[in-house]
Parts: sequence; C-alpha cells; structure tokens
Amino acid sequence: MLLEAVDIAKSFPGEAGPVTVLGGVSLSLGQGETLALTGESGSGKSTLLTILAGLDRPDRGEVRLGGMALGPLKEAELAAVRRGRIGLVFQQFNLVPSLSVAQNIALQARLAGRHDPDWTAALAERLGLGAHLGAYPETLSGGQQQRVAVARTLAARPEVILADEPTGNLDEATGDAVLGEMLALVAETGAGLVMVTHSDRLAARLSRRLHLARGRLA
Amino acid sequence: MIRWSAAALLSHWRRHPGQLATLLLGLALATALWTGVQAINAEARASYDRAASALAQSDLPLIVPREGDSLAVADYVALRRAGWQVAPVIEGRLRLADGSARLVGLDPLTAPALPGSGGETDPARALRDFISPPGELRGHPETLAELPAETPGRRVATEALSPGTLVADIGTAARLLGMGDRVTRLLVLAPPGPEVPPLETIAPGLREAPPSPGTDIRGLTGSFHLNLAAFGMLAFAVGLFIAHGAIGLAFEQRRGAIRTLRALGVPFSTLAAVLAAEALALALVAGAAGVAMGYVLALALLPDVAATLRGLYGAPVAGSVAIRAEWWAAGLGMALLGTMLASAQSLWQLRRLPLLAAMKPRAWALASDAGQRRLALAGLVLLCAVPVALRIGGLAAGFAALAGLLLGAALILPAALSAALALAARGARSALGEWLWADARQQVPGLSLALMALLLALSANIGVSTMVASFRATFEGWLDRRLASELYLSFDSAAQAAACLPGIPAEAVLPVTRAEADLGGAPGLFYGMADHPTYRRDWPLIAAVPQVWDRLVAGEGVLVNEQWARGADLAPGGRAQIDGRGWEVLGVYADYGNPRRQAMAGLEAFRALHPGLEETRFSLRISGDPAAEAARLVAAGLRPDQVTDQQSLKAESRAVFERTFAATDALNLLTLAVAGVAIFTSLLTLQALRLPQVAPLWAMGLTRRRLAALDLARAGLLALATALLALPVGLALAWLLLAVVNVEAFGWRLPMRLFPADWLRLGLLSLAAALLAALLPALRLARVSPARLLRVFADAR
Repeated sequence: MLLEAVDIAKSFPGEAGPVTVLGGVSLSLGQGETLALTGESGSGKSTLLTILAGLDRPDRGEVRLGGMALGPLKEAELAAVRRGRIGLVFQQFNLVPSLSVAQNIALQARLAGRHDPDWTAALAERLGLGAHLGAYPETLSGGQQQRVAVARTLAARPEVILADEPTGNLDEATGDAVLGEMLALVAETGAGLVMVTHSDRLAARLSRRLHLARGRLA
Repeated sequence: MIRWSAAALLSHWRRHPGQLATLLLGLALATALWTGVQAINAEARASYDRAASALAQSDLPLIVPREGDSLAVADYVALRRAGWQVAPVIEGRLRLADGSARLVGLDPLTAPALPGSGGETDPARALRDFISPPGELRGHPETLAELPAETPGRRVATEALSPGTLVADIGTAARLLGMGDRVTRLLVLAPPGPEVPPLETIAPGLREAPPSPGTDIRGLTGSFHLNLAAFGMLAFAVGLFIAHGAIGLAFEQRRGAIRTLRALGVPFSTLAAVLAAEALALALVAGAAGVAMGYVLALALLPDVAATLRGLYGAPVAGSVAIRAEWWAAGLGMALLGTMLASAQSLWQLRRLPLLAAMKPRAWALASDAGQRRLALAGLVLLCAVPVALRIGGLAAGFAALAGLLLGAALILPAALSAALALAARGARSALGEWLWADARQQVPGLSLALMALLLALSANIGVSTMVASFRATFEGWLDRRLASELYLSFDSAAQAAACLPGIPAEAVLPVTRAEADLGGAPGLFYGMADHPTYRRDWPLIAAVPQVWDRLVAGEGVLVNEQWARGADLAPGGRAQIDGRGWEVLGVYADYGNPRRQAMAGLEAFRALHPGLEETRFSLRISGDPAAEAARLVAAGLRPDQVTDQQSLKAESRAVFERTFAATDALNLLTLAVAGVAIFTSLLTLQALRLPQVAPLWAMGLTRRRLAALDLARAGLLALATALLALPVGLALAWLLLAVVNVEAFGWRLPMRLFPADWLRLGLLSLAAALLAALLPALRLARVSPARLLRVFADAR
C-alpha cells in the first residue's frame, strides 16, 4: 500500500476545552489511485491532509508511507520525506513571488535533487505555461498560477500528491481544466492522489471518494 | 537543497533592490556614525599616548622655582654635585607660521629616553647629530611643516611626537628660546638617598612638585570622549531601528516563500542557516561600507575635534586619521551584532510560523495593542529607573539615566501615539476624517520603529542644542564679564614692564599675577587680584559671602573657581587649603573651559606670600581704540604675542567654543538624517501592505491623488505628533546634560535656557523630513495602476 492512515485522531484547544477535529480516521491509497476527501467546512479534511503530509502530527494513530511510519521521524526526516516523496498543491497556490515561473516549476525538483529540465519543459508546455516561463507569479491569472503549482509538484515526480482544494480559487471552467490536466499527468506518472474538495462534481472525477463529517468517515 | 533554498530566498532582493539598498544604507549609516566617532576617539587616545610616552616625564616628580618661571643652571649643577639625580628641562613656545609650538629642551645624557629614538642603526651618531650645532628639532610632520624656514636646526620628523610639540637638545632649546643660563624645571629621576642633603639646604629658592599635571590629559578629556562615544552609540541605535525594520520586513514579505519551502520539505534548520548567512553577508557588506564612510566622517570632523581638545584641554591631537585595526573591528563588530540582533526576532518568529496557516499580511514589528502595552510598560520601568540612577550619582550613572530616559520614551511612543490618535478620532466630524485618524492609528505599529528612531533623533537634537545654546548664552555673558579689560600685555621681565607701562594712556593697569600652587591637594593656579571696580562690578561670581570684595582686599579669604568648589564641596564660608594654609572661601566664580582648580586672593595678600615674584602680565582699562593701541605698542617694540586686545581674545575663545560643538552639531544632523531614512524605508516598504487598505476607498470614489495626499498628511501628522512628544523628552535630556553630566564631567553647572524658536525650527524640519520621506511612496500610490488596485479584490476573493 502506498499510503495508509490508521485511526488518526486530532484535537485543538478551544475556549471550552479541547475541540476534536478528527476522531479516529483510517484510509489507504494504492499506487495510481485517486481519492477525493469531501465534507463540510470544519469536518477535518484539511487537518487530515496536513497529517498525511507530515506537516502536523496526530494525537493518536499512525500514518505510513510505502510501509514507513511517519510518527517516529524527526522534523528533518519528515522534511526529507516531503521533499522527496510527497507533492503538495495548495488552494492559495503558494508560489514564491520573487522566482520566475520556470524557477517556481523547477523548485521542488531541485530541492529533491532530481531536476529533469526536459520533463519540466514538457510539463510547462502541457499545462500551457510555455509562453510565461520568464514571467513572475504576480502577472499571472489565478488559473495560470495554479497550473504552475501543479507543474511544480509533478516536476519532482512524487509518489503521492496531496492537494488541498486545488481549484477552490478558480472559476468552474478553469478549475475543471486544471483538474483534468492534473489527473492526466497523475495517471501518466503513476502517483497516488488525495484531493480535498467541497465539490461533489469534482470528487466524482476521482477513482474513489471518502466523506468526512465531524471528524469521522461517513 | 541549500543552494536552491538560498536561491529562492535571495531572489527576494533581486525583485526588491530598493529595499536592499535602504537596508544596506541604514546599516552603513549607523556603522559610519559609530565608526567615525570611534576613529576620532582612537586617534585622540593615540595622540595622548604619544604625548605621555614621548617625553617620558609625566610620572616623574619635579623641582621647580618657588618664584618665577625658571631656575638657574648653577642650582642644577649644585644639586647634581650633592648627589641629586635630576635632569634639566627647558620649555617654551616657539613661533610657527600659524600660532606656536611647545618646545621642550632635554639633556640627552641625563634625561629619560628621547622621543623618536630607538630605531637608529648607529645610536652614537644619532646622539652626536642631536646635540651638535645647529642641533636637531624633532617633531610631528604637521608641526615641522609650519616651522618658519629661518628657524635654525635640522628638522627630524617623527610620529612619536604629538602635533604642536617639538623636542631639541637643551642647548639648542636654550638658544632658540633665549633662556641663557636658566632652565624651566628639573626632573627627579630617582628619589634622593638618606645621605643626600635636602633640597632646602642646597637650593632654598626651589621646591619639589608632584608630576606635571599638564601631561595627564587622558583623564581630563575622558568625559569629552565619553560624550562623543555616547553620541555615536545613540546614532548606532537609531541605525539599528532601520536595520531591524528592514530585516523584519524582508522576513515578513518572505513568510509565504518560507512557508512554501518548508511545506516542500526544506527543514527549519536549513532555512535558519540560510537566513543567518544572508544577514551575516549583509552586515559584512554594509559594515565595510559603513567603516569606510566612518573614516571619511572622521576625516571631516577630526580637525574641529582636535582644535577643541587643543583649545579646551591643551591636548595635542593630530588632524589626520590613521586606519587603525581597533575601530575597523569595532565598526564591523557593531554592524554584525546589530544585524544579528535585528534578525534574532524574525528567526524566532520563523520558528513558530504555522506551516499551513492562511497568509495574513501583518506589520512586522508590533502587531497588537497588547504588544504596545507591554513595550510601554517596559518603557515606564526604564523611566522610573532614571531617578534611581541620579540618586546613585557619578558620570556613569548620569549616562545610564540618559539611556533610560531615551529608551524609555522610545518604548512608550507607539502606545502614546495610538492613544492620542484614538482620542483625536473621537472628535472627527466626517467619515473621511474618521478613516484618516483610524488609518493613522493602524499604521502606528508598522511605522513604530521608524518613529522611535525619529523620537530618539529629535530628543537628542533638542537636548543637545538646548545644552549648547544655554552654554553659548552663558559663555558669552561670562566672556564679557571675565574679559572686561580692553588690553592684555605680557612682558618678558618686570624691568620691561616698568619701562613700557607709564607710556600707555590707560585708565587702570591691573596686574595679573599668579603662581602654581597646591590647591586642596591638587595642582592649580593661585592668582592675586587687584582691587578695581572692573572686578567688583563684572566678576562672574556664582555665590559669595556679604562684603566679598572688601574682605578679599583685606586678605581675609579667597575666591575659588566652580570646578574646585564642586569637586571638593566648597561653599562660601567654608575653608580651602592653598599650599598647606587654610583660607576662608569668600566666593565661588564661574570658570568655564578650564579643567584645573583655581583660586584668587587679594593682590596685597598674594604679594605678601610671593614677595620675589616678578609681575609681568597686566590687563589694562583704556578708553581709546584697543586695537590701535595694540598696534602702537607693537610698533614701539613689543612682540605681537605680547599684546592681546580684548576683541581678539574673545574671538579666539568663541572660536574654541564653536569648534567644541561643531562635531556635536554634525553628529546631531546626521542622526536626524538617519531617522529620516528610517521613515522613508518604513513608508516605502509598508506601501505594498497598504494597498488592501486604500483600494476599498478608491473603489468608493476617492481618487488615487486624494489618497496619496492623505498619505502625505498622515506621515506629517505622525511626525508632528512624534516631535511634540520629543519636546519634553529633549528638555529632560538637556536638563540631565546640564545639571548632571556636565557637572560630573567638567565640574561646572550651567543655567538651562529655553529656545522655543529652535523647537519650532526643529519641528518644521522633522515635518519636512517626514513629508520628503513620504513623497515617493505617495507618488507611487498616486500612480498605481487601477489593475493593481483591482487585484486586491481578486486576491481577497
């Protein structure tokens, strides 16, 4: 199994005591599989995604990537896992504003030490960014910026892609287009994809779907 | 990974070259001010060391004449024959092209090491050259350059001597100074043994004296240098605010990039190392530039400082600056320390940055009211510490009180401004007015560091200029009273005086007679004062017993200068010891600019104590034109250096005074300029964060030009409010300088005077500086493209 989460629980301090966000969630993801995580706002989708990415630690439970438990890893080791094996796509794009489009696309691959200029160029062309490689993010539209973020993730050839509402800031048509390109490329690379979304329509385009409600799988 | 992380982070500077330039400029300016002052101090210290070591006599006891300025060579010979290990010294003034130099004649066979000696390949030949006619004149290259061509003697340049001092063989010096068979003093090279007859037996006209105080200039000038160092430190602190603001903003603007990099798998330790290395590199570049600028600053200021030290203390300081490792290291060290301090807070915030929290633009310094309250509380604690420091007393405590006052006021400023603006907002009548006040209040956190820098600079400016202006006003009045006589004459001998004086149409001829004396255990000058209405009317008495002049004339007591009175806690009615004899203190007089103790007795009482003393100096009251009379006397045969008219003396004194504060004035202005740069930096860099605040108003119908004008008004408003708050702080600073630091450092206290016109000028200057600093950001806002403003709404979606 590529990615496994077993009995993940997480709570945060609230004004009237701890607020449980995740109350024991388990899931698994195979290679090449695409999984949609849906649910209302506050259902714990994004929290689960950050725990899967090793950006946060669960109060209980365990995440395993390719059979390796993330829990015992130190911060630097977790960072190395993120760098080399996981790709993240954010709703807010999170591009580095002072780097050009080309530099942004190549960034994670370079950090992971496996930058492939041909592959990066091919990705840029596929995502319609070929004419904007020298531009800076602030001059691009939201859809173009999200394409750059997708290209950045795929350029590093991660084993798992974790996407947090990647089309949440885009209009429907642009969101559809970006997701279509992302799914096609995921299929080509054989990576697994977990995508958080509010949209049933978008979730239906993925191979599997899990619905979260009040921190539990419904 | 490190390479690409660094590339991603450093690319920020490529996209924001202006921000990089302001950061480097701020840090470099701060380093320059600090280094410049350090260079000046280092140069002065080196000159003192040269002066002290060159003649190697500062710590040797002396034998001097009981009366007069010189002793006979026969007395020296008698002492040597009796077993006294003494060396003769001749000292006098030698005319230069511009002014005069101190010429010291030493006997190379008996004196301690000669200055400029030690490196010769043939010491015997060097000695022969030194003493053989026409003899050598050793001196600093600056001094030798001013020596008239007709002055006999071979010139030997040496850096071992301070400017203004020449050394020659005793025979050469005697010829040049016309000393004949007389010497100025004897150095006691070793204490006499029990078998050696006492001094009184061999030469009753001589007496032993403690080591010459004139060479102990390091202590005298210490407070002056402390003042300069404190100013340098203040300027550096102001510069640090800039560096802190610029570095903090750079971190703030890169929060998104940092968060992304961490999410992409770059460990915190790597990012922290990259950012620390970046800060180090910036500090080194700016520090090196700052040190170089500091060198130029020192070159510009040192001539004035050197003139001050010469004029006030007689301390010889070269007018050129050598590049010394100590101030290079001090400058770079301060730049590094300052940058690291400024970076530490940002690194700490980076450590706590939540990785996936939504990006929220926030000011990089004091984001919350709670933060302002905490700072204000810390400021109050510091202000409360000021009276405690004053109670402890001493110069160090005085400076600690200064630091507490300035820092405390700076920390209180953001909260005080916020409170004042909130109060003002209540009185707003229009919606736009309400917005303007609220917006100004919202900008306080982001601008607080720059405004603190402005407050420090303005307070220092008000404080120092009040002190200088008070000093100037007092000094002018004091000069008029102290230099009441129109003409001052110095004769070579009493016989010359007796021959010359009767021919001068003077209303009064007042002897200026004096002798070196032990004043309460410290060396000083003891004067005999003639009884004349000039003194009764004009002498600058600070405190006195009733009928002070009658009692002085009757020989019932003495007047003492303020320095001695404060140093030894003397007051009218108290007792003062002069050469072991007790005198009643009849009065205390102001004696600005003199570091030594001084006392005055009635002329007859003084003459009775010094019956053999030749009276060669006189002040003359004349009704005619003093300058014309002076010219007539020179034409009649007196040398120009023997005749001084009152106006020249006053002009010279005023010139010394103005030079004294020229360096302070320059530093004052530079500190204000640094604060101006701080405001400019903050406004420029805040602009990007401000667009979301002004875009809605633009959408609601305010033109960009109007918004820019409001931004200018806001900057001016904040600068004026800061200037208003700086006024009481500056006045408190002036009081501390006049009533505490000056008294501790120099021994005199000046009355504080207020100069509201200066405050108005400074307020307008700070307003102009703020408007100038705000102009470019405002122009940018006026020209910002509608598309950019529209993007604010798109981003907020």
